[in-house]
Amino acid sequence: MSKKVVATTSLAGCFGCHMSLLDIDERILDLIELVEFNKSPIDDIKTFTKRCDIGLIEGGCCNTENVHVLKYFRENCDTLIAFGECAIMGGLPAMRNNVDLQECLAEAYLTGPTTRNANPKKIIPNDDEIPQILNRVVPCQEIVKIDYYLPGCPPRADLIWLAVSALVTGNPLELPYEVIKFD
Amino acid sequence: MSETVTLTIDGKDISGIKGETIVQAAKRAGIYIPTLCDFDGVTSPGTCRVCTVKVDGRAAAACKTRVAEGAVVECDTPELNELRKMLIEMLFVEGNHFCPACEKSGNCDLQALAYRFAMMAPRFDYEFPDREIEARPKKLMIDRNRCVLCQRCVQSILTENDEPLFTVSNRGNKAIIEIDVKKADGIDDELAQKAMDICPVGAIIRKRKGFSEPIGTRKYDKTVIGSDIQG
Ligand code: SF4
Ligand code: SF4
Repeated sequence: MSKKVVATTSLAGCFGCHMSLLDIDERILDLIELVEFNKSPIDDIKTFTKRCDIGLIEGGCCNTENVHVLKYFRENCDTLIAFGECAIMGGLPAMRNNVDLQECLAEAYLTGPTTRNANPKKIIPNDDEIPQILNRVVPCQEIVKIDYYLPGCPPRADLIWLAVSALVTGNPLELPYEVIKFD
Repeated sequence: MSETVTLTIDGKDISGIKGETIVQAAKRAGIYIPTLCDFDGVTSPGTCRVCTVKVDGRAAAACKTRVAEGAVVECDTPELNELRKMLIEMLFVEGNHFCPACEKSGNCDLQALAYRFAMMAPRFDYEFPDREIEARPKKLMIDRNRCVLCQRCVQSILTENDEPLFTVSNRGNKAIIEIDVKKADGIDDELAQKAMDICPVGAIIRKRKGFSEPIGTRKYDKTVIGSDIQG
């Protein structure tokens, strides 16, 4: 059996979900028997070099680059999994969703305690090269079709392991109560 | 002596005491009917509809429907469980439930129901409604982002003079829970704790008490909601 190909990315996330993926401890040795990694921050492959079976998405979409990467994953992966609260519902970044974007940027660059005196020219970064911040943080399934969801902040390592290994081997998935948690 | 009636729930004969609700009779018989707004089995506000069962083929809220002789109740069926799960998902998308940042996480009945029904993600789009937090009272705050408008607090938290501390303003999807700030500053710690405990979610929070229990030791970390009634 040829190995399944897995890609991963962190959009508007904190990399906590990726840390949890690494938290499967020595089972990572079993995992690399089952899969090979393609585009992922884990191996630093920047662009897809082949079609992938599984794409793991951490984080929601807070800027135009997140949207671009998410669509790029959908085009290149057969199955997309949103893992973690941010990918599923925007997570803590989405707490800004009811605050006006101008107000957010002003707080971050002009009036916040750490920038108030550190930005004398009152610059809010707006270079064309920099991704545009979206008006609100958008859950992944509002941008592309998501096939499966793994909740948690971060998702428990056991949840990621059980779900990904079941998907790769085709074995039935049985999830114990303790692994489905939203925090 | 109280009059007893016999009814069936999912084909099992149980006896109920005339006047009690289906939820109460089921509980005594060791059958769990999922509930959210019901808190003492007697004066349920009947707002959430999570306890919906079929009585003689018709949908009814089991927390408000009295037992009746010969009633045939369906509860644990794939159709009803899917409806319940959908209701729970709706409650999640109608508010702003950032569980990772919530003081009630692990002790929250809404979250625990989602765990019980293995909700991986709601099937509906999130609404991200704009809700204000009431933080003026010294001992309590109301985070309306998490309020499910069950009205438990309105019904059961009364001051020394038997006046309600919490009230509902507006109607429909504009309804919000208000607190009388003056009265709230006069309550003792015990009543403040009772208010936090009666709220099934993390909408009523005692100030300076959050996150005191470590993950792993909270009410629903390892225990499924309802397992105390039906193992
Ligand atoms: S109230 Fe319950 S469901 Fe809502 S954020 Fe808090 S823990 Fe989560
Ligand atoms: S504050 Fe809590 S108890 Fe009161 S209506 Fe909202 S959810 Fe129910």
